[in-house]
Amino acid sequence: MTSTLLELSNLTKVYPGVVANDAVCVSISFGEIHAILGENGAGKSTLVKMIYGLIKPDAGTMQMFGDEFAPSDPRTARAAGVGMVFQHFSLFNALTVAENIALGMENPPPMRTLTTRIREVSKSYGLPLSPDRIVGDLSAGEQQRVEIIRCLLQEPKLLIMDEPTSVLTPQEVKILFKTLRKISAEGTAILYISHKLEEIRSLCSAATILRRGKVVGTCVPKITSARDMAELMVGDKLAIPKGNTSPTGTVILSVTSLSVRSSSPFGMELKDITFEVRAGEVLGIGGVAGNGQDELLAVLSGELMCRSSMVNFKNVDVTKLGPEARRQIGILAAPEERLGHASVPGMSLTENAMLTGATREKLSNRGILNWHKTRAFAERIIKDFDVRTPGPENAARSLSGGNLQKFVIGREVLQKPEVLVVNQPTWGVDAAAAADIRQALLDLTASGSALVVISQDLDELMEISDNFAALNEGRLSTPVATQGLDVEKIGLMLGGAHSTEMANV
Amino acid sequence: MDLSAINPILLIAAMIAASTPILLAAIGELVVERAGVLNLGVEGMMITGAVCGFIIAVNTGSPLVGFIAAALGGALLSFLFAFLTQVTLANQVASGLALTLFGLGLSALMGQSYVGIKPPQMVDTQMGFLSDIPIFGPIIFGHNIIIYLGLLIVAGTWATLKFTRAGLVLRAVGENHDAAHALGYKVKRIRTLAILFGGACAGLGGAYISLIRVPQWTEGMTAGVGWIALALVVFASWKPWRVLLGAYLFGGITQVQLNLQAAGVVFPVSSIGITIIIICVIIASWNLIFAKKKSRQYYFWLLFLSIAGVFFTIFFQGATVPFKVEYLAMSPYLMTIIVLVILSADKSRAPGSLGRAFHASQ
Repeated sequence: MTSTLLELSNLTKVYPGVVANDAVCVSISFGEIHAILGENGAGKSTLVKMIYGLIKPDAGTMQMFGDEFAPSDPRTARAAGVGMVFQHFSLFNALTVAENIALGMENPPPMRTLTTRIREVSKSYGLPLSPDRIVGDLSAGEQQRVEIIRCLLQEPKLLIMDEPTSVLTPQEVKILFKTLRKISAEGTAILYISHKLEEIRSLCSAATILRRGKVVGTCVPKITSARDMAELMVGDKLAIPKGNTSPTGTVILSVTSLSVRSSSPFGMELKDITFEVRAGEVLGIGGVAGNGQDELLAVLSGELMCRSSMVNFKNVDVTKLGPEARRQIGILAAPEERLGHASVPGMSLTENAMLTGATREKLSNRGILNWHKTRAFAERIIKDFDVRTPGPENAARSLSGGNLQKFVIGREVLQKPEVLVVNQPTWGVDAAAAADIRQALLDLTASGSALVVISQDLDELMEISDNFAALNEGRLSTPVATQGLDVEKIGLMLGGAHSTEMANV
Repeated sequence: MDLSAINPILLIAAMIAASTPILLAAIGELVVERAGVLNLGVEGMMITGAVCGFIIAVNTGSPLVGFIAAALGGALLSFLFAFLTQVTLANQVASGLALTLFGLGLSALMGQSYVGIKPPQMVDTQMGFLSDIPIFGPIIFGHNIIIYLGLLIVAGTWATLKFTRAGLVLRAVGENHDAAHALGYKVKRIRTLAILFGGACAGLGGAYISLIRVPQWTEGMTAGVGWIALALVVFASWKPWRVLLGAYLFGGITQVQLNLQAAGVVFPVSSIGITIIIICVIIASWNLIFAKKKSRQYYFWLLFLSIAGVFFTIFFQGATVPFKVEYLAMSPYLMTIIVLVILSADKSRAPGSLGRAFHASQ
């Protein structure tokens, strides 16, 4: 464990407006499982993409086996012994496992030899996989095995896993971890990207923690508590919360013992969630992605149906109302996924404004669309929220992520909702625009609306929310006043409260 | 009933011959579609091949040179399609339809001065004593070389797709062109080559009609065979041997019904009853052997149907109605579709990227 396989020194990558990686130094030894830990947008993916040759660093050097290492494309990286398993697989659904693996190899052996080798490798690493099966019939976990085996057959020295557990069931995670331990025991180093603290504690022997592109610390996960790591990840100096007087308005939205299964097989089940939001209040919901955020938004917006009386609006049961009916009475939502969920990529901004604004802004009359009015509405959003685009006739897809985010949030805010639910309102937005969005949200509460802000950016939640609750494994902690919360307490709420028993798994 | 006018051995030999144009066009289109391209211009490429082959064969006096020219002509026309869809990224459906219209017009223009001329005859291959074997001799041996070429192409396509790396890459490109591109395969080049192969095969099929089957040149003489080939590929679930089966079935029944029409055969009504009984027995035995759940009600209905079939047979014994020409003419289409639909009940499906334009930047 003393010899170094890969040494990254002062790697820097700058994108317009954001420093994705700022003088990152990491050293990886032979056979270790090294975690790169950080929140979304901390620069984890940028870092590994540089190692895999997908993007070129602006400054800094990499050394592998003590030699200079600067891969120009993935093929060079593969030849040098780097393998990578992506979060989203690139597989051919109609072809068999063996054919998929053959297609990803430079010089594949004859099919029969390959089939035998796949069987051998899958057996020796405890990854049950039949080479003759059609990939499209496999589960997500099995498809991931195909990619892992494709990497292993090339005998890599370094295996990069980018958030490998995000699509897996707990049982599949167990199998994967067993395999990864075995691979590392044979001398292959693994670079493991994740923000799931418990996984890293049970699997990794070293961790480098990134925050906003910088290395903010290293630790040995097995002897570091989840809380300490969360602190490092979040940063120990959270912005001072603005001194909001706690709102005393009437309860507008109340959720009682909400339990609901996710509509997607890999979603998180919501368990016994209870909270209420008053007029003029911002409830901030923190937590790491995939702990039920999407489901919570879907339940509140009306996309995901739950049993009656679980969601009440002004003491009226609204569980049986769909999204359009909820918009009518004033419950609006802005989902996280900008392209495809919050907007239709191929449609113009005007058309997208029509899609959620039709009811409340009275953009249609008995089924006849009033394009003139819609265009004016879209222009108002563009103006008020400083959306940088030549005009509302441009397709949503043509906007940059941050600009589209401003449009999507602005579209809901301008409809003067009584309750607005937003998920990741400033995700991928530059600092100035993020401040604008937050200000718009605060202005909305000043006019008496109730807000539920779901976010992974703790600084943001500290800044704008009156009450804070953490979502973990589909459970919501009891909301507490943001004022007086410190990092330690938040760390415990985020991963700690439920993870004390999980840490021993 | 005068079935004696039909010689079963000659009939089978004629069935094989009748199937060849469809077979050639369909196997070419199969390769194109497995690469993810939908070329609806088969009819146009066939007729262009037909006229090119005819003109060259007449002028050189050699049918073989004619066939080579037909393949080249078909490929040349398909190159236009490849350019439109792969380089300029035009819509494949519209380009294919345009190709058919263009091919029909072009061939009519080219063949104007060749109407009514007899082309040089293709000599059947001499297989010596093999052709003299009773029954098998005339059926299997003694055809012209194009028929064997068609079979060879089917076998070659099947083997290439199944066993070779080139075939695997071709299927990968058709299945998910983005992933194939990410792995470093040249999607456009592979697709263009597949399109050219499809054009050459269609051209050969067309020339078979104008040089051997008819043999003379008339405008629009392919008469929809290209469309049937297109449908055949789909019903055959993009599998080469099923294309062969479908083509033989279609060509065969076409030939049989022509013979039946000529012989003025009448239809015994009682055969409907017999057919029902046979189907019931087949279903029942199939279930007894393979089905996991055995429902008593199911067998009751089968029994009921069989008894009804028996009564029907007895009641209409000896009654006949003349075959209607319309029904006979429709039978090849019906039978082919029925058989291939039953076969395609398995999980096979269209190539994932079929008909989608590929652009590297997306």
